[in-house]
This record gives sequence, C-alpha cells and structure tokens, in this order.
Amino acid sequence: MATQTGDAFTSNLGRIYLAYTGGFAAFVLLIAVLEQMGVPDHILGYLFVFFTIAVYAMIGVLSRTMQVSEYYVAGRKVPAFYNGMATGADWMSAASFIGMAGTLYALGYDGLAFILGWTGGYVLVAVLIAPYLRKFGAYTVPDFLYARYGGKLASICGIIVLMSCSFTYVVAQIVGTGLIASRFIGMDFEVAVYVGLIGILVCSLLGGMRAVTWTQVAQYIVLIVAYLIPVVVLSAQKYGVPLPQIMYGNVLQEIAAREQEMVAQGLVAAEALKPHTQPFTNYDPLNYFGLILCLMVGTASLPHVLMRYFTTPSVRDARKSVAWSLLFIFILYFTAPAYAAFAKLEIYTTVIGAQVAELGNNADLAWLFKWGAIGLVKVCGVDAASAQAVIDACAKVADHPGIVRLADFRIDNDAIVISTPEIAGLPYVIAGLVAAGGLAAALSTADGLLLAIANALSHDIYYKMIDPNAPTARRLVIARVLLVLVAVLAAYTASFRPADIVAMVAWAFSLAAAGLFPALVLGVWSKRTNSAGAIAGMIVGFSITLYYLVGSRYYAVDFYQTWAGLSGASEAAITKFNDLKTAWEAAAPDAKAAAWKALDTHAQTIANWFGVRNISAALFGLPVGFLTMIIVSRLTPAPSKELQDLIDEIRRPSGGVVMKEKAA
Amino acid sequence: MSSTKQEAWWASTRGLMITALIVWFIFSFGIHMFAKTLNTIVVFGFPLGFYMAAQGSLIVFVALLFWFAGAQDKIDREHGFAEEG
Repeated sequence: MATQTGDAFTSNLGRIYLAYTGGFAAFVLLIAVLEQMGVPDHILGYLFVFFTIAVYAMIGVLSRTMQVSEYYVAGRKVPAFYNGMATGADWMSAASFIGMAGTLYALGYDGLAFILGWTGGYVLVAVLIAPYLRKFGAYTVPDFLYARYGGKLASICGIIVLMSCSFTYVVAQIVGTGLIASRFIGMDFEVAVYVGLIGILVCSLLGGMRAVTWTQVAQYIVLIVAYLIPVVVLSAQKYGVPLPQIMYGNVLQEIAAREQEMVAQGLVAAEALKPHTQPFTNYDPLNYFGLILCLMVGTASLPHVLMRYFTTPSVRDARKSVAWSLLFIFILYFTAPAYAAFAKLEIYTTVIGAQVAELGNNADLAWLFKWGAIGLVKVCGVDAASAQAVIDACAKVADHPGIVRLADFRIDNDAIVISTPEIAGLPYVIAGLVAAGGLAAALSTADGLLLAIANALSHDIYYKMIDPNAPTARRLVIARVLLVLVAVLAAYTASFRPADIVAMVAWAFSLAAAGLFPALVLGVWSKRTNSAGAIAGMIVGFSITLYYLVGSRYYAVDFYQTWAGLSGASEAAITKFNDLKTAWEAAAPDAKAAAWKALDTHAQTIANWFGVRNISAALFGLPVGFLTMIIVSRLTPAPSKELQDLIDEIRRPSGGVVMKEKAA
Repeated sequence: MSSTKQEAWWASTRGLMITALIVWFIFSFGIHMFAKTLNTIVVFGFPLGFYMAAQGSLIVFVALLFWFAGAQDKIDREHGFAEEG
C-alpha cells in the first residue's frame, strides 16, 4: 500500500471523500429508520460510536507506512484544501465542540474573546511562521529550534514547552471522549476512556501523520455535519430559514426584550442582569483583549497545529492551507454564538418565570430533568433530577416566590450543545449524531497532540540526541512504542477524571505563547537573534508564565502577600482578605482547614498583577520573553555566516526543503 | 541568486507582512474597543459591536488569509523566488 497507491489515492481524494460523506449520510438515515422501528436509544448510540471508530480504524490501517517521511509528515503530499480540513479537526477539540456555545451562553459578548482568539491566531500562523517552517522541512517544531539555534539546549527547551502544553491537552481530550460516551450513550466513564484510547491508537499507530491526516479529514466531515444540523433545524422551525448564523439576529433582539421584561417582572435585579450583547460585563477590557492576544499567540505556537503545515506539497500550499483551515474552523465558530442565542432565548422564555410546581408538567422541559439527573442543570442550588427535587429545594430557599428566577437556574456549559436536539424536539438519531461529532472532535485533536508529543520524543530526543545512526526500521519501531506509551499514560491519567487537568488546558495557550512564539518568530524574521538569546528568552518567558499560572492558582495566599502592591484588588477585597486571614489564624484546629479554604478561595480572586486573570498569563511572559531574546542576542556575538545563509534559505520559497532526510 | 535580489524580495515580503498584521490588529483589537458605541447600530437584528466580534472580524480574517496567500505568491513570482510547478 505504502507509496505506489499513494498517488492514485491523492488524485482521487474528491471522489473518495464524497463517497465517504454519502456513506455517512446513508448510515445516519439507517439509524433513523432503526429508531422508527423501535430499536432502543442506547443501542443506536453504540452503533454510532462503533461504526465511526471502525471507519477511522479502516482509514488508519489502509494508511499504514514504513517510510520515515510518510510517518512524520505524510510524505508532504497533502493538498492545501484537505490539509485545511484536517487542521480544522486537529484544532477543534472536545471543548470547542461541546463547551464553546455554553461559554458564550454564560459570558455573552465577553465570551467572544474565545471566538476571536481561536480564529485570529491563524493570521499569525500564515504570515509569520508556517510557510517558513514548511520551507525548512522540519518534522517537528523542536527540529527547527535545533537547527536554527544551534543544538540540543534550544531543542530541549522547545520539547519542555511542547510537553507541558500538549500533555494536559491530550488528557483533556480523552476525558472529553469519556464524558461524551458516558452522557450520551450511558457507557461507563472508565470503559469509555479506554474505548477512546483504542480509537486514538487505531488512527495513528500504523500510519503516523499519514493516517492521522486522512482520518482527521473524515472526522472533520462528521463533526461539522453534526454541529450544524441541530441548530439549522432549530432555525428552520422557528424562523422558516435554515441559516441560524443570520437568523439569530432576531433571537438577539428577542433576548434583549426578554431581559428587560425579566427585570420588570422582578425575575432578576436590574444591576445583576448582564445583557447578552453588552461588552465587558464579565471581563474588564484589559482581560478581554489580553485573553484574545494570549489565545491568538498561543494558537500560533501550538506544535500540533504548526506541524500540520509540514505536510503540504509546497510553501505556497502551506499558505493556502492556513486560509482553508481558517475557513473550515470559521464554519463552526460562527455557528457557536447562534447556538448560545437560541438556547438562551429558550431558557429565558420557558424556564425563567415558570411556576416551580409546573416544571414537571411541561413536556417541553423533559431535557431539563434528563440533564439535571447527571448534574448538568441545577435549579435552586440542587441537581434538577426530578420535578419533586426542584420543588423541595426551592421551598427551602428563604422568601422564594415559587417562580424560577434567573439566579435560581444554572446550566453547565457542556449542556448547551448536547441539549439542543431535544430542545428542538428532534429524534434521538440527531442526539446520537451530535455524540459522534463530539467524539470525532475529541479523537482528532487527541491524535494530533499525541503525534506531536511522541514525535518530539522519538525524533528529537531518540534519533537526534541518543542514536543518530539508527536505521529507518528501528526509528519507526521506537516512534510507535513511544506513541503507545504516551497514549496509555494519558488515558490512565484521564481515567481519574482530573478536573484540574481539564481546567489547565487553558494554560496551554499561555505557555506555548510565551515559551515558543518569540523563538519561532525571531528565528525567521531576525537574523541577529542567536542561540544564547533564544534560550534565555524561552526560559525566562516560559518560567514567568508558569510561575504566574501556578502561583496565582495553587499558592494564591502566598502569591498575593508577595505581590500585594501589584494586585488589582479593591479596598473591600483587601479588607476581606485580612479578615479571613485573621479568622484562619484564630481558628480552632478542627476548623483550620475550612478557614484556610475560605481564605485561599478568596485569595485566588486577588492574587494577580494589575488584575490580569490567570488565563491570560502570557501577557507578562510574552513581552518579557521577546525582550530577553532581543537584549541577550544583542549582548552576545551575531550568528555565524553559515547560519545567516541558512535563514536566507528558509525565507526563500524556491529551492526545496533545507533539512533533507538521509536516503532511507 | 544575488543577495540584492533577495533583499528586494524580502523588503516586499516584509511590507506585505506588516500590511497583513495591521489589518489583523484592527480587526482583533481596534474595532472591538468601540464595541459599546457600535452596539447602538443594529443591522439585521445584530448590534454591530457584537456582530463584529461574532462574525465580522472572522470573515475579515478568512478573506485576509486568502488574499495574503495570493499576494505573497505574486511577490515570489515577480522576484523569481517562487517554487517551480
């Protein structure tokens, strides 16, 4: 299969993926028919999961390879358009698919920082980095650092940054597969994690980048279809036009009117209301724009994204491919705010203001109790597991009017997308489709990340530092052994449902931004930047960011006390901190832990520099990293003539890759 | 491949980079600083400030990248640095 059929395959891509899409549509119709025949939901759910994983596995097996360049960069034969789709799947994670709309629901305008940050970053990728790394001909990001900054130390810094942002990220994807499979299909979480592990390995083990590329294209098709269908149907039902991205303008108007009405009806206090489209109700402008910057620069520095552009046939295709990637990503991201708006209007009109006693009698609200039973919807502070549970809980709230007020209702971010099929009254087949889409999003991202980690270990550490004379066969065996080891370790970590790790994914962007971006950009755009400067800049930028992230989150009390002068805390917050601290010092031994928890929780809100939130930590690390890199480079000798010539060669598109693989 | 030729080509490339980043900066940060004011204008039901962050800027980014790929390719060809094929 390896090379001979490769060209026949790439020249028939259009036909192959069209047939695949048709086959997938036929499969969904078949499930719809089975549902009408009375096959139980969970069987349909299992069919969805196993059928899609089987298809990915088939692609993975057909793409097996024993060539180094096929394994690491898919033979550099992936057309710009398809690489764009693969990058779309690689990029959009379980969190984008399931959680993004919920974030927008919760934060309104301020949540759009994520939409802007996760799209605008591709401009930086295309303009500053990707075409040049493609020209260089690296297999991995540390590969480039090794050649540009003369050796092991720069490469090791790159590997440390790569590991610290990619490993937590891949664990979060596996947790994502577990949550999706357990919520939709009722599979046991631990079982689902290992099903996810198998799903990831079958795609990547035999064919490396080549197999991951072609499965990611297939996964993109599944995830985008699954994401669009529920909200398109909802829009057609409500407004007669199946274009939710345009029709939700009306929904925003209705939300605004309903917000005022809710204030008038006393369902929410005027000062507690955060109008959906009003800027800076949750984040102040500093944090809003800071978050956008960190997410954009982080996007442009994440190795699993950058390495996708190593697979295109030319530098020109690498640039075009970034444009296609962004288009495919855009399709999902400009739909997410529509999801949020439709869900918000539905909740504001049918749930908020409803009689608590009547909730259970409204058939349209069956979704509320279904997701309440697994902890995704809370009313009056308890999981909305049943109508009676809600009535009992609200009765215990002092002065409760018996009507659901805005503050009484809480919905988990993850529940917005997954409950939309039911809110729209769609059959289970659509919910199953959404599950398959979420799974595709999680698996495709996990594949890309896993390959980024395992390739750094096998190529940059084993091959370049330990055994540079290793024959091809041994290199590929080692690459696969490491892939399995990393995957098993990630799945094992995920099986404990580490909530902290999932929260830490947001850190990956700041860590990658501060640790890699200056070295990559200056490596191409500044000939004066030398090895000493790059290494110093990477270490300083990364360390400051890590210190800020860990310090303000896990050592908040100490962090605040060390940096009290820089904290953005208000007078009231400082007084509260001092009161809580006195209380903790005075607390009896058995009350010490609780008092500390209260103190620490409060300290996390004020442990900052200039009010910058934890998630935007690169706001400090990034400029400091750049400055260090420039200053140290100026103070030390300029790079050699050979290296400057190498930079010239990296810049020029013509002339073929710089780093050539030994004849394999 | 004379170095003056490469320098002229690199100057054009750098110029295009700066142009692209200016557009990027305006639509990533610049216009959103006026979101509150823009929100008073309503188009198809969308407050404009919200629309620009939810769709407008994204459309600009996509168009920018396709334009950039074409423009850089033109520069490469004019200076004789384009890849063959």
